[in-house]
Amino acid sequence: MVNLTINGLNVSVEEGTTLLEAAKFWGIPIPTLCHLDGLSPYGACRLCVVEIGEGPKASLVSSCTYPAEEGLKVRTASSRVIRARRMILELLLASCPQSKTIQDLAAAHGVCQQRFKQEYEDCILCGLCVRMCEEQMMAKAIGFRSRGENRSIGTPFDIKSDVCRLCGACMYVCPACQLRCTFNEPEKTICGSGQNLRPPCLEKEQFDDMMCYMDPCVACEIQKQNKQ
Amino acid sequence: MRLSNVQDLEKQRQEANKAKAGIKKTILVCAGTGCLASGAAEVAEAFRKEIKDRGIDMKVELTVKTTGCHGFCERGPIVTFLPSGILYQHVSPEEVQEIVEKTVISGKIIKELLYRDPKTKKYIEQYSEIPFYALQTRIVLQNSGQIDPASIDDYLTVGGFSALAKSLSMQPEQIIQEVENSGLKGRGGAGFPTGLKWKALANQPNGRGKFLVCNGDEGDPGAYMDRSVLEGIPHSVIEGMLIGAYATGATEGIIYVRNEYPLAVKHLNIALQQARELGLLGENILGTGFSFDINLVKGAGAFVCGEETALIRSIEGKIPEPRQRPPFPVQKGINAKPTVINNVETWANIPIIIEGGAKAFAKIGTKNNSGTKIFSLVGKIRNTGLVEVPMGITIKEIVDDIGGGPVGKAKIKAVQTGGPSGGCIPAERFDLPIDYDSLTEAGSIMGSGGMIVMDENTCMVDIAKYFMNFLKDESCGKCFTCRKGTQRMYEILDDISKGKGTLEQLDLLEQLAHVVKDTTMCGLGQTAPNPVLSTLRYFHNEYIQHIEKKHCQAGVCKELITYSINENCTGCQACVKVCTQDAITGQKKQRHVIDTTKCIKCGACRSACKFEAIEVV
Repeated sequence: MVNLTINGLNVSVEEGTTLLEAAKFWGIPIPTLCHLDGLSPYGACRLCVVEIGEGPKASLVSSCTYPAEEGLKVRTASSRVIRARRMILELLLASCPQSKTIQDLAAAHGVCQQRFKQEYEDCILCGLCVRMCEEQMMAKAIGFRSRGENRSIGTPFDIKSDVCRLCGACMYVCPACQLRCTFNEPEKTICGSGQNLRPPCLEKEQFDDMMCYMDPCVACEIQKQNKQ
Repeated sequence: MRLSNVQDLEKQRQEANKAKAGIKKTILVCAGTGCLASGAAEVAEAFRKEIKDRGIDMKVELTVKTTGCHGFCERGPIVTFLPSGILYQHVSPEEVQEIVEKTVISGKIIKELLYRDPKTKKYIEQYSEIPFYALQTRIVLQNSGQIDPASIDDYLTVGGFSALAKSLSMQPEQIIQEVENSGLKGRGGAGFPTGLKWKALANQPNGRGKFLVCNGDEGDPGAYMDRSVLEGIPHSVIEGMLIGAYATGATEGIIYVRNEYPLAVKHLNIALQQARELGLLGENILGTGFSFDINLVKGAGAFVCGEETALIRSIEGKIPEPRQRPPFPVQKGINAKPTVINNVETWANIPIIIEGGAKAFAKIGTKNNSGTKIFSLVGKIRNTGLVEVPMGITIKEIVDDIGGGPVGKAKIKAVQTGGPSGGCIPAERFDLPIDYDSLTEAGSIMGSGGMIVMDENTCMVDIAKYFMNFLKDESCGKCFTCRKGTQRMYEILDDISKGKGTLEQLDLLEQLAHVVKDTTMCGLGQTAPNPVLSTLRYFHNEYIQHIEKKHCQAGVCKELITYSINENCTGCQACVKVCTQDAITGQKKQRHVIDTTKCIKCGACRSACKFEAIEVV
């Protein structure tokens, strides 16, 4: 067993436990986006950062990937952590405003505005779908491509994958891009599994400015862009 | 021929020494990448042809050797003569005949080819007396430029592999202790004590296999220390790794080098082949029962591969993405086996420590920062090139004394250290000693040793924007804050440089920079905001000027400047000729005018004007 303190609480967990698992076990909430039980930890969204260590050596680490260490002092909601989390949520909102998951998280953290240039992306590259496809569906149909700002998820050369069974698991786990697989250009979809599900407003011209719970709705935005 | 014991090695060395001593004169032509670009290969060829034409015996009288980088790349191609020690700069193939006739045969000096000190206006004959060299402490680079990197015999003549022979007679623990005592810190930038790293690897259980990696993935714009070491003295890296393997019990070695360094790859392959032929790599090295081999892995050129966990994944054949540490590579590295990764320069330091002893090494530099560091000195400075200096030397000494000060009339404003994720240090702080702690305190990093000198014609907002542009492309994209953070920082900097920025955006930029620094996983993301944070810290007024006055003091940000011609104009029409947009008009010997609607602000007229008549406001 490994002994550590989380928010001042002395706890002991089994060796090999991550900080996120330890905190969850002891009932301490940490927000996550790219974490899902059953999939290997990845540490991409950085939302689950916690502060470890003391004094000048204190640093933020992603709790989903950091293993519990003997004598570690963890703070899951210090001012430094909250500041970082709010900025991360602000960045997420600026890129993917249409995600209900992100909107809810932002609201829960009191982030009511974002100060960057608004973008309408449909993917935060959390990699849940990639890991789901590889680790649970044993397909490896999709993966990461390129790096930096050009990084994207998809199949090689955007060709429909032979190993994809159209199971839709990638859609199911997606926290942000609920509409990704129902994109109105079938050849650009990830695996094509959700092509039969189209957002209602796309079909109906008269609902041009229809606002669903997603504000702004990505489907409407795409349609507007296409018209221009 | 395979060397079966240490005595054989010494015999081989004696033979090599004998062969070298038999040659009366040697012409050394620098064939590092810098000099090759300025035509060194043709120069060497011309020398060989000239000597052959004159019927001089190349094995006895005079020989021509192509060597690794001399470091003084700005003056290339560089030719030195042994034993006289004369150095000629900017040598062209047409001058070769004259050089052989006058200098080599008659011993006369051709003044025009000598280095002329810009301060004293004196011509300097001797290689060692040129201030650029005289003020350096060349330990690692001592043999670069003196030996042929494609010849292991040449390396033996300068004492090569004697440190290996010495360490094979020592206990592995003794070697690690020696490296620890030397105080050597990793030269890749983070500055982790090498001895501690080795100790951790030695403490890992044997039997499963252990890896040693030489990290030659040098990606900083304008930095080429590792390239020069690998090109000029590849054997010393191999020797360092052999010593490391013997000390830690490592079984496999990997040199990871960028594919963009073809010459380094070529020389390394030759060196590895030669070492294998002599039995210095492979099974039962020098009859001691110790076995170790090194393979070369070529990187595809992603900047992030310099980060050790990304490098491991790259070697494994996966996408280079950093992962969480712990577990550290020394616990779980390549294929989950214990791995130690050291920088090229660190490995090249090892033979020196073993040969000269830890005490002698620790005397160089300062107390907690022993040894030397190689910097690639580039930018608006007179002597650009590679310099090796003891730790603790001030920036001023490097810039003013070794670098020779600014090129033009503009004063030097700042120095950027540590590559794209380093920071800018202003001229007021040039008395700062260069060591790991001082640089970190000043908001920069040691990095792998890039040093870019900037003068008053450099806009700091533009510099931050340039580096952020580089980083947003080179971030691996795994961590959301690094990928999106660098993009957003670039976006804000772009706005500011175009005069569209606001003070609120400046606040946001700073907040974002701190969060990116805090929340990313690897060294790339953690240091990525440094260009922004250090310029904000030292050059805050420039940002304010861009935002409030829409003014770029350095005249760089195109949206904020206009070109005009003042009364200094003599009407020489030099600017008219270079203007690609036909924006400049005017009669001969009369003051010209720039049509600002046509002007694309490329600055060609400004460079062409000899009378400082082009004004940028």
